[in-house]
Amino acid sequence: MSTFSAIGEEREIDRDEYTPGVEPQPTWCPGCGDFSVLKALKQALPEVGRTPEETLLCTGIGCSGKLNSYLDTYGFHTIHGRSLPVARAAKLANPDLEVIAAGGDGDGYGIGGNHFIHTARENHDMTYIVFNNEIFGLTKGQTSPTSPKGHKSKTQPHGSAKEPIKPLSMSLNAGASYVARTAAVNPNQAKEIIIEAIEHDGFAHVDFLTQCPTWNKDARQYVPYIDVNESDDYEFDKTDRVEAAEMMRETEESLYEGEVLTGRFYVDEERPSYGAEKQEIGEMPEEPLAERYWDDDYEWERSHDMFLDKHA
Amino acid sequence: MTDDELIWRISGGSGDGIASTSQNFAKALMRSGLNVFTHRHYPSRIRGGHTYTEVRASAGPVESRGDGYNFLLALGDSFARNPQEEAVYGNEEIKPLSENLDELREGGVIVYDEGLLDASEIPDFEERAEENDWHVYPLDLRGLARDQGREVMRNTAGVGATCALTGMDLDHVQDLMRDAMPEKILEPNLEILQIAYDQVKEEYDVDAPDVSVPTGEHDETQLLMSGSDAISYGAIDEGCRFIAGYPMTPWTEVFTIMTQNLPKLGGISEQVEDEIAAAALAVGASHAGVKAMSGSSGGGFALMSEPLGLAEMTETPVVLVEAMRAGPSTGMPTKPEQSDLEHVLYTSQGDSQRVVLAPGTVEEAYEQSRIAFRLAYEYQIPTILLYDQKLGGELKNVPKSHFDREPNPTLGKTLSEDALADEPHSPDGKFHRFQHDVEDGVSPRSIPGQKGGRFLATGNEHDPTGHIAESPDNRVAQIDRRTQKLEAIRDDLDQEDTGSYAGPEDAEYGILTFGSQQGTVEEAVGRLNDAGISVKSYGVSDMLPFPTEQVREFVESVDEVLVVEMTASGQFRGLVQKNLGQYGEKLSSLLKYNGNPFEPAEVVDGFEAAIVEGDGDASGHQTTFVPAAGD
Repeated sequence: MSTFSAIGEEREIDRDEYTPGVEPQPTWCPGCGDFSVLKALKQALPEVGRTPEETLLCTGIGCSGKLNSYLDTYGFHTIHGRSLPVARAAKLANPDLEVIAAGGDGDGYGIGGNHFIHTARENHDMTYIVFNNEIFGLTKGQTSPTSPKGHKSKTQPHGSAKEPIKPLSMSLNAGASYVARTAAVNPNQAKEIIIEAIEHDGFAHVDFLTQCPTWNKDARQYVPYIDVNESDDYEFDKTDRVEAAEMMRETEESLYEGEVLTGRFYVDEERPSYGAEKQEIGEMPEEPLAERYWDDDYEWERSHDMFLDKHA
Repeated sequence: MTDDELIWRISGGSGDGIASTSQNFAKALMRSGLNVFTHRHYPSRIRGGHTYTEVRASAGPVESRGDGYNFLLALGDSFARNPQEEAVYGNEEIKPLSENLDELREGGVIVYDEGLLDASEIPDFEERAEENDWHVYPLDLRGLARDQGREVMRNTAGVGATCALTGMDLDHVQDLMRDAMPEKILEPNLEILQIAYDQVKEEYDVDAPDVSVPTGEHDETQLLMSGSDAISYGAIDEGCRFIAGYPMTPWTEVFTIMTQNLPKLGGISEQVEDEIAAAALAVGASHAGVKAMSGSSGGGFALMSEPLGLAEMTETPVVLVEAMRAGPSTGMPTKPEQSDLEHVLYTSQGDSQRVVLAPGTVEEAYEQSRIAFRLAYEYQIPTILLYDQKLGGELKNVPKSHFDREPNPTLGKTLSEDALADEPHSPDGKFHRFQHDVEDGVSPRSIPGQKGGRFLATGNEHDPTGHIAESPDNRVAQIDRRTQKLEAIRDDLDQEDTGSYAGPEDAEYGILTFGSQQGTVEEAVGRLNDAGISVKSYGVSDMLPFPTEQVREFVESVDEVLVVEMTASGQFRGLVQKNLGQYGEKLSSLLKYNGNPFEPAEVVDGFEAAIVEGDGDASGHQTTFVPAAGD
């Protein structure tokens, strides 16, 4: 048996393989948009041919973090806002893994915002799904970075004075090479976008609108939605940064006016992933580093033989 | 204080090449057969500001900076170099000379660059020189350098003058310059070295030097090595091939050395957005099956608290190095202190589950860096290597054979796919990564990508498969198991025997210290015994788990113990008392927190004043005595 024989295995995959024996029934609230992310992943992963044991799912903290309990892969349920640095290091250590990170809007755009910007900037070959419900759910309904201006909650009793974060624009500016938005109410589009995101060779950011029926009752259920790639009302070139930026801006503003625009907003297939860039400058090995520790023939270098003479 | 040593201090402005010149000179002395030890003092500035490096050289062993010094090479300050720039810090350019006089020993030598420095601007300079029997040699080093085409070469001119005045051959210096300098600057530098040397020989009668360079001999190849070098090489020899970090003084040294070397080893270095990310990346890389490290200094390490706790809870092996500097907050970025001890022991929420090692010397830094990785991976626990600006930056000679050891890239209790098949799984195929009842509390792990190994790592309390679980029975079983690892590590560390003892076993008094003050304390112990005071010392390296039995035995064996540390609040003494639970009446403290490490004489005088003469501060030193409880 090889070291990581789950990697690259060619076989039929049943979507039930991703359903764990422990907690097979997610404990999210009835009507929660998070179910749709789980469903989209369970549909997408068999289609892209990645098995549970060659997939590493890293999550943050919040309702979204429970995804690790309901999607049975290798998992790392990290800490609030830190799924991305854990995930991207795992990808560097073993680029053969399918690495997916997920978190909420507070997790990704608030406390983990710095990591989001830099992971996008570096263009790591991974998928990042943000469960965007415009609210802090697990802590019971506080205003979040994507809550609309004027949003009232126990922590913003007079209504938030802040403009919401514009996640798509932020992602584009930071350097993500695939930026999309989908919504829980649109399962077919969600599945297709998740498939594209996983297959994209670079940082793929999916802002996933997941309605919160418990703590954000006032919010729209994200219907009706419009797919900007399909609709005749919107014409833009998703490979063009300037046009993509304009489309994103309109999308972000119209969300708060009750119009839910979704689709692929920016796709850059040309830009090499971070791993490829690092290999290009000789700072990343061709073979996955994680393999080396299992290679009985590898002759481990010693500082004594390599670096000490300059100190003599 | 011994006469058979040269303690050469080169002073100038930051950016004047003080560090590289002193490093080359130290290496030349080492190659000539001497033992060397350096001490750096520099401000947190890019250019300008008073900086110096001391090189102590002796035929006998040297494990510390000395008491004062006996040869000053005072260069000018870089601010004076460019006539377009005005000195903005008052009379800055004279400082390389004026600021260094207090610590110059009687009978010492002063060479200063009269091309830049006007000694008449220093009050009572001539009187002081006469009083202290200093031998003063004003030389126009800048003029010499200018004549040869490059003013920056006045460093080299100063080294040439040093050699002439101490009776040192130019051979080793010339060899070193040939090794270290690029072709185009080598020739003029060799020339100016010779010119300065000859000029001093001509102008002055130097046949009987005021301060001579000692002669010595090594019986094996020596290396000039810093604590930061040693930590890095220890990591490399343990198979560490991944580092993530963010620049911060003084940790940056280890980060830089690793980053320069890892690509040559097919490893990966990542400079990232902040220290939270840095530690989280190390955790992520280790989780994916690579030996990984991160590190920082105080403020950056504070940001690592959360990923550190995550590593504890998920039992992800990782090594973090913490290079202490004076705090709190930004503190004094380039000055050593040991006051992050409690920070690294206790930061992060919950009952901590980590190992903390504090090496005392460059040799120990290499060994304990290796131990840190071995423990982290064998016991699946974060291990912190705690050192400071002093140990990280000081250079000393170490026999090359010290590093002639086998590499150890093993991942510890990590299962192959074959072995995984025999381990317990849940009916749905999930691997029991966190089994309750296992030897030493270490539950074997799998790596993502392995067939039959899938599990969940989580910062939540979890059941054997890693799923979030809060039942009381599981909670107690898991926390007891994780705690059990620390007991096993205590036994393991007892075998490693990291403690350092000096002085007679049956001594009347004891000195306890930790980390980088060890060498200085041991030199002081030697001098105290020479003066007829019966004292021994124990330099402790294991901070957590603490060697309670060994320290208890040491404390019980003497009448009184002085705890020597670079903190203002006696953190190490507090740790000793916490672990021993008694003997508070036997432990007093000698503290130093002015930004400079102890000199041996400060420990000698402090000990005499406090313990021998009874409960007082030694005069003339910036050290503080804190009496024992009840006194």
